[in-house]
Amino acid sequence: MTAYTATVTVRLKRGVLDPEAETTKRALDRLGFELDALRSTDRFEIDLDAGNEDAAEERASEMAERLLANPTIHDYEVAVERADG
Amino acid sequence: MTVAVVRFGGSNCDRDSIQALTQLGIDAELVWHEDGLPADIDGVMLPGGFSYGDYLRAGAMAARSPIMQEVREAASEGVPVLGVCNGAQIGCESSLTPGAFTTNRSARFQCERVHLRVENADTPWTSAYEEGEVVEFPIAHGEGRFEIDDDRLNELEDEDRILFRYCDEDGEVHEGANPNGSKHNVAGITGERDSIAVMMPHPERVALPDLGQVDGQGVLRGFAE
Repeated sequence: MTAYTATVTVRLKRGVLDPEAETTKRALDRLGFELDALRSTDRFEIDLDAGNEDAAEERASEMAERLLANPTIHDYEVAVERADG
Repeated sequence: MTVAVVRFGGSNCDRDSIQALTQLGIDAELVWHEDGLPADIDGVMLPGGFSYGDYLRAGAMAARSPIMQEVREAASEGVPVLGVCNGAQIGCESSLTPGAFTTNRSARFQCERVHLRVENADTPWTSAYEEGEVVEFPIAHGEGRFEIDDDRLNELEDEDRILFRYCDEDGEVHEGANPNGSKHNVAGITGERDSIAVMMPHPERVALPDLGQVDGQGVLRGFAE
């Protein structure tokens, strides 16, 4: 078994309204920043032991499917790297 | 006829629901989620509140609790299940009903009275009303915007699974009467069977004659159908 850290990033599907992000963007506008758009995402960092990188990715993907993301409104991506030390 | 009102940590409409059901002559008992569903229940109500502090997404944690597997099994056998507010969020998160209830367009918690138009009066939950009738219920939620992909929404509409839409006092459905940005002003829907329903507005808060308005009684009477 090897120690990995899987990073799951969950974001709203394109076209799904994100009122909190819009409010945040307006606050940045008010502070005088120039920006065109702002998107927010949820990022989960998961430490786990797995036989190989594929197995780690598969387990983290299943976590996203079953809980971390809601497939009705979210897309997600998973990145896995070895947790050294 | 006994309705199990399922209490999760953070539920806060459980006792209101029991009082409203009892007042209508429907026997209701409080069930702590860790105790599981009693064997002899005839209905399940998922009440409002903030189960698990709305962690991750409203309803996400409660939807994955073991009792919800029992609720899904009961629902698939025809036991009536009603989810209100947080119960509606739990219902969608646990796939009892399609779609999702997510952050209001305003990004704020909204506590107000709204008008609803009865879209389908041919379900246990709405048979007390006429199609097109306008009722007034309170809402109290921060995550009540109904989201679903367009194809799935068309299917729901074709299958007559919209129970209520947000409307103005004259029954007109338009964006100005949409409190939270819900797609097509949807406020409540049914599941695969019409014995399964979820809705964001609170029928149990307009069910006691002593408090004046009783528009919500009809929904709760669905358990007695």
